[in-house]
Amino acid sequence: MTIVLPLEKGGFAPMSSGEITYVTVGPVSAIPPGMGRAYHVGPHRIAVFRTRSGRVFATAQRCPHRGGPLADGMLVGEQVVCPLHAFRFDLHTGQCEQSHVCPVQTYPVDITPEGWIRIGIPTRFRSSEDVSPLLTSC
Amino acid sequence: MTGSPALTPPALSVQREGRPRLVVVGNGMAGGRLLEDILACDPQRFAITVFGEEPYGNYNRILLSEVLNGSQEAQNIFLNPLAWYAENGITLHAGRKVVRIDREQRRVYCEDGQSEPYDLLVLATGSKPFIPPIPGTTLRGVFVFRTLDDCRHIASYARQCQRAVVIGGGLLGLEAAKGLMTHHLDVTVVEMAPYLMSVQLDEAGGKVLGQTIERLGIHIRTATTTKEIVGHPHVTAVRFADGTEIPADMVVIAAGIRPNIDLARECGLACERAIVVDDQLRTSDPNIYAVGECVQHNGVVYGLVAPIWEQTKVLARVLTGSDPHARYTGSRIATRLKVMGVDLVSLGRIQDVQSSDEVVQFSEPARQVYWKAIIRNGRLHAACLLGDLGPADQLQRLFHSGAEVPQRRVEIFFPPAANAAPVTLADLPDTQQICDCNGVSKGTIVAAIRAGKCTLPAIGKATRAGTGCGSCKKIIKGLIECFADSVTPDPSEDWYVPAVPMDKPTLVAEIRRRGLKSVSAVLQELGQGEDEKSKNGLASLLKSLWGKEYIDERDARFINDRVHANIQKDGTFSVVPRMYGGVTTPDELIRIGQVAKKYQVPMVKITGGQRIDLLGIRKEDLPKVWADLGMPSGYAYTKALRTVKTCVGSEFCRFGLNDSTGMGIAIEKRFQGFEFPAKVKMAVSGCPRNCAEATVKDVGVVATEGGEWEISIGGAAGAHVRKSDVLCRVSSREEVLRIIGRFLIYYRDNAKWLERTYDFVPRIGLDKIRDIIVHDKLGLGEYLDAEVEKMAAAYVDPWLEREHPAYEGQFDGESRIPLPMVT
Repeated sequence: MTIVLPLEKGGFAPMSSGEITYVTVGPVSAIPPGMGRAYHVGPHRIAVFRTRSGRVFATAQRCPHRGGPLADGMLVGEQVVCPLHAFRFDLHTGQCEQSHVCPVQTYPVDITPEGWIRIGIPTRFRSSEDVSPLLTSC
Repeated sequence: MTGSPALTPPALSVQREGRPRLVVVGNGMAGGRLLEDILACDPQRFAITVFGEEPYGNYNRILLSEVLNGSQEAQNIFLNPLAWYAENGITLHAGRKVVRIDREQRRVYCEDGQSEPYDLLVLATGSKPFIPPIPGTTLRGVFVFRTLDDCRHIASYARQCQRAVVIGGGLLGLEAAKGLMTHHLDVTVVEMAPYLMSVQLDEAGGKVLGQTIERLGIHIRTATTTKEIVGHPHVTAVRFADGTEIPADMVVIAAGIRPNIDLARECGLACERAIVVDDQLRTSDPNIYAVGECVQHNGVVYGLVAPIWEQTKVLARVLTGSDPHARYTGSRIATRLKVMGVDLVSLGRIQDVQSSDEVVQFSEPARQVYWKAIIRNGRLHAACLLGDLGPADQLQRLFHSGAEVPQRRVEIFFPPAANAAPVTLADLPDTQQICDCNGVSKGTIVAAIRAGKCTLPAIGKATRAGTGCGSCKKIIKGLIECFADSVTPDPSEDWYVPAVPMDKPTLVAEIRRRGLKSVSAVLQELGQGEDEKSKNGLASLLKSLWGKEYIDERDARFINDRVHANIQKDGTFSVVPRMYGGVTTPDELIRIGQVAKKYQVPMVKITGGQRIDLLGIRKEDLPKVWADLGMPSGYAYTKALRTVKTCVGSEFCRFGLNDSTGMGIAIEKRFQGFEFPAKVKMAVSGCPRNCAEATVKDVGVVATEGGEWEISIGGAAGAHVRKSDVLCRVSSREEVLRIIGRFLIYYRDNAKWLERTYDFVPRIGLDKIRDIIVHDKLGLGEYLDAEVEKMAAAYVDPWLEREHPAYEGQFDGESRIPLPMVT
């Protein structure tokens, strides 16, 4: 079976129980410790972080608040601080530390023995009505 | 081989005549130190020849880990350079290995067959790394960690690696791991014992250390036996006895050391675990001595420098005859170490516990503190302290003197008040001066507290105590706690940044004392938690404190400071090139226009500070835009000198009294790139009409009739509006630059993070600032001037990073990754 993913933006959102395909985005070494890096994987804009403690996390690149580029944010422990308005998100759960802000989407990460980062991309999608895009109030 | 000629260089042979020939085999720390000790006793006594296997003079092996982590240059760890040997008439054969001793003929033989006769021979052959007998230790990417060359090979190989495994969780292994961390490797330390540093620590202590180190991002696997190093031709993984394996691009073996005794054993000297020596370091052959890690004295083999220094001293006295009865009676091992930022004191052998011993322990897991003392026959037999060295001095005293420990054993760690702190604050006399800046005594402060002034600012207001350098604030706080009826202050109000509970002077002092040069080190050692404001603030502080020594961790910077541009709401950036004094040229304008067209800049805007702003530049275009502009950074994105705004001044304006544009350009060129706790805006007006609005700037300069310049500070016209305070009038450009420079450095040193001058100036007080800056009453002038010079010399246009990005991906946008076809 071959799945070709549609590329129009915002037309789908991952299904929590859907299947996941791991996509190699680059080596761990491409991200200096304590920093993030943005990848555009098919339709997904993903921020990948490497903490100083050596762990790698992935979230959506756009902050749910105003769409700030999270990969450019500062890491504090295992949280990322959005560079625009300093909202903080937990890299494990995507939860925002401040109340009344939506969580950010997180993605599973796998590191190959050779040190490549693989991001788990959902491969089944809901229809567009179910989407809660960034612009809705939350 | 045997008949080869002797190795005596003719140049030295004359002065060598008639003196006994001393040959030293081994030019490591013991051999080198022995030579120094011998020269100190009697420089003329011997004709000395030294053989060293490594092709260098001797160096400080203890600092190798610092070479590996890059904090020391290799050339800085040499103890005695090659020239030192020549100057002292010592013949050094560096890079030549002695392979045989002929005790009958009294000759040593080299690998190349040449030989050297001796009257007295000293073996200082040291030790070699122990390589466990497992497959794979010869693969490419497997290293030992012992010599300078090992260090170099590890460092250069590490560049192409991501994962390293260190076999051995002792001191050396942890040092190696620390070094590898600085090369941004994912490091795992594997230790056979159930805990780390099993020589210096017991199990509980080793586990505490393990937890602390894991928080630094190093993985620890204890109670793990390595079975095989896997790969071909280079290492790819390490396999353990339990069948598991972990991937590795490189392996460093630091599984302990073994004395080098082959030479001694082959010529028949008595050897057990090492070369057996008596109290005068003599081997079983009366003409041969041995010293250092290769000897066994009274059943003990030492692997630390302190005992070796004691040995070389005794041996030098014995050999030179300066004290023929000198004896080495063994060493009491006391070490004070810093392992990965963790303080550790180890006295004696903590493992050596008998059933009749008393064991006294204290632990504070939340702070990773662990103390243990073993008392044998009423005396301190061994101890270890981890995480907090509070009682170290007292324990070392007890350990070395062999004195009886206190009856109440708890006093080993917690001496009774009378012995501990000499006086408490309550005991200080009322006349004791607390604030040395303002000359305020304890009595005055206590009176203020009793009158209800129970916070630092209130006491400062009432008595001026603590309003100077701030270093007495701690004592004042203590006095408040002592004498106030109820205290509910907010302690964090004086902290420099939220994550480190210290005011700026205390923080600066701690940073200096501990030599902390990176944000992560400060947070690790002094911090409680972590937040973005603190990281920014510490980065700024450390840069100004350490200058070139500052370890610049880019992840401690806000995105603006990583890419030297101001992030906008859509994630693009604004670019403001430096335009000194707001003066530009037609060519510059054309270039800016061309750049704006080429990159389709959505908005070109004149800023409030008389600059041109190109808005909406994508991150990946920044280096190209800067290169095309060919202008330096205008620093419009960071806590630094922003702009010096000027009016046209005497050059064109019919009211102009002085050259304000020239002055503005000079100021901007002088202080460009200076970073501060908050941004600094300046302006120069050519007459009191003040078209450049200099009186609402952090530093403003206004020309007056009569050729003077009036300098004012602490102004603002943003969310907060404040007219600046006049600091002084001066008559020359040089004086303007000097006064401003002094004020800027004083502000840099004393302001809290993000404290603008409009808060800073009233907080410190204009009079006091004037006394310091203009009248130099604290004698800081020279220092402030020198700091200005230093910062000016350190200026580098950050936009030059377009040529050499500071880190991987600095100016990369989003990388597009195609989705794979899923089948």
